[in-house]
Amino acid sequence: MINFLSTAKISLRALRANKMRSALTMLGIIIGVAAVITMLAVGRGASNKISEQIATVGSNLIIVLPGSTTASGIRLGSGAFQNLTRADAEAIRQECSAVATTAPILNGSAQIIYGNANWPSVVFGTDENMLEVRDWTLSAGRNFYDQEIRSAAKVCLLGQTVVDNLFGNDDPLHKTVRIKKVPFVVIGVLAPKGQSMMGQDQDDIVYAPVSAAQRNLFGRSFPGTVRSIMVKAKSTEDLDRAEQQIKELLRQRHRIGAGQEDDFTVRNLTQMMQMAEQASRVMALLLAAIAGVSLLVGGIGIMNIMLVSVTERTREIGIRMAVGAKTWDIRLQFIIEAMILSLIGGLIGVLLGILFAELLSFFAGWTILISTYSILLSFGFSGLVGIFFGFYPAYKASLMNPIDALRHE
Amino acid sequence: MALIETDHLEKRYEVGDSIVHALDRVSLQIHQGEFVAVMGPSGSGKSTFMNVIGCLDVPTAGTYRLDGIDVGSMSRDALAEIRNEKIGFVFQGFNLLARTTALENVEVPLLYNKDGSKNRRERALDALRTLGLEDRRHHHPNQLSGGQQQRVAIARALVNNAPLVLADEPTGNLDTKTSIEIMELFVRLNEEKNITIVLVTHEPDISAYSKRIIHFLDGKLVSDSVNKR
Repeated sequence: MINFLSTAKISLRALRANKMRSALTMLGIIIGVAAVITMLAVGRGASNKISEQIATVGSNLIIVLPGSTTASGIRLGSGAFQNLTRADAEAIRQECSAVATTAPILNGSAQIIYGNANWPSVVFGTDENMLEVRDWTLSAGRNFYDQEIRSAAKVCLLGQTVVDNLFGNDDPLHKTVRIKKVPFVVIGVLAPKGQSMMGQDQDDIVYAPVSAAQRNLFGRSFPGTVRSIMVKAKSTEDLDRAEQQIKELLRQRHRIGAGQEDDFTVRNLTQMMQMAEQASRVMALLLAAIAGVSLLVGGIGIMNIMLVSVTERTREIGIRMAVGAKTWDIRLQFIIEAMILSLIGGLIGVLLGILFAELLSFFAGWTILISTYSILLSFGFSGLVGIFFGFYPAYKASLMNPIDALRHE
Repeated sequence: MALIETDHLEKRYEVGDSIVHALDRVSLQIHQGEFVAVMGPSGSGKSTFMNVIGCLDVPTAGTYRLDGIDVGSMSRDALAEIRNEKIGFVFQGFNLLARTTALENVEVPLLYNKDGSKNRRERALDALRTLGLEDRRHHHPNQLSGGQQQRVAIARALVNNAPLVLADEPTGNLDTKTSIEIMELFVRLNEEKNITIVLVTHEPDISAYSKRIIHFLDGKLVSDSVNKR
């Protein structure tokens, strides 16, 4: 077998002899690889951002809302019915096997006051399971005790935005804030989550025991009812099953006969976001496919130039054959040459692609994610392009008749 | 045992409806250490003869044994191996690789040899030294004179210690003075290293250096005589 290093050296020399031609040939691969890297970086950046946002909302979430109702002939939208109760939330948690946990929600807007500062926020009456449902942690303090939920204790957890606006740099723990003029003791601060997918500030929030919210903040015509129930399924695969189980259980609990419509709505939050993620992933794939096509075109350019090179060097091939080069010696020489062309092109392309992606993120502010995987993929692919498109010219060269090749002018 | 042994060697080409006998029942033996000049007008079959004994071409009929091996039915790659190990080629047009130094040109046969990777550089350098071109080792062919280029080509033919050197009009592109130098070099190699040399030429001055002259005409071997220098 022919010595690889000396072959590579010969190939490099041949490429250097035609600098302009080699550079132009590489350009196709360079553009292709740079496009793959940039497109994948942008695409992955986007889908990663979406995944992150999904994670901030909480994973595997299902929301149960009351159904719509009609009051005095006027149709009220979904959520108007006061028929979901804390007991429903409890029952879903206990009886649906695909459900990890649930939290009831009774929310409303309120002005929060501390000392001479005040801030409007959204208060969520809920229970101690809320943090688990939303995959939320505390940056300070503690979660609600079960006891506080049952006894309607006037305690609360504050989001970072609320803390910033009311307390500035002071420690909010154990201080008393007034929500709708009712004093609540701050027992914990939620870790910052940032913006949601819709651009809402998720940290502008207050959690209070659902019982206290009901008694002191947002009274309901039917005590014990809540505005919605948040459900966390055990896993992504369990989402559909959980949804089914919740529907069956609630129909049973609400005594809805066969053929009657549900008096509640089940929404799968994660699914919607996964669809968005899926869309961005499809987009990334599409971009990568376009980039792949340009890589293919680059490969055809390599094949073209290699065919020219084989014809030009017919005499050289004849000499090598005369002194003992075998079929595969000749083939390898040209395949290695094509590979060197495409790998150098690939390397330059990788560097350019990273540069483009960084420029996009710097000037256009796009989220990018350059993965080793995409670098290896496009670099390896450019090598394969070299082998694939180098093979035919190399094959042609190896079939030459040494006598004719030696006579070639 | 003869180094080259052909028995009723034939090479036929079909040109349109007629068949051309490029080689017509050629039987001869060449022994180790001989210096043979092959002569004949163009179209006489001497080039075809060289191609066949150089294992670049295969005969249509008859047998050809090189160093006792019947090479008539060998595959392309097997023939390449035989060429690499047993035959050194010297061409009229030198046939050196451009953009490649003298030393690297001499190394080329070693690239395709099983044991070629061992001391490749030293062996190539030794061959160049024998031809007195050690100080020209980093020159490219276009920086060398015709005679120097041909000597590099001869070094390449010798580097694998092949027992047989085939030279096809080796002085065809050289002036008289250089031709004499090259021919004296062949004589020296033949006498000092016992290398078998088969040389194609149409110039009597050149064939005069050989020990044996054979003539081809219309594909047939028409004369075979000892040459007294």
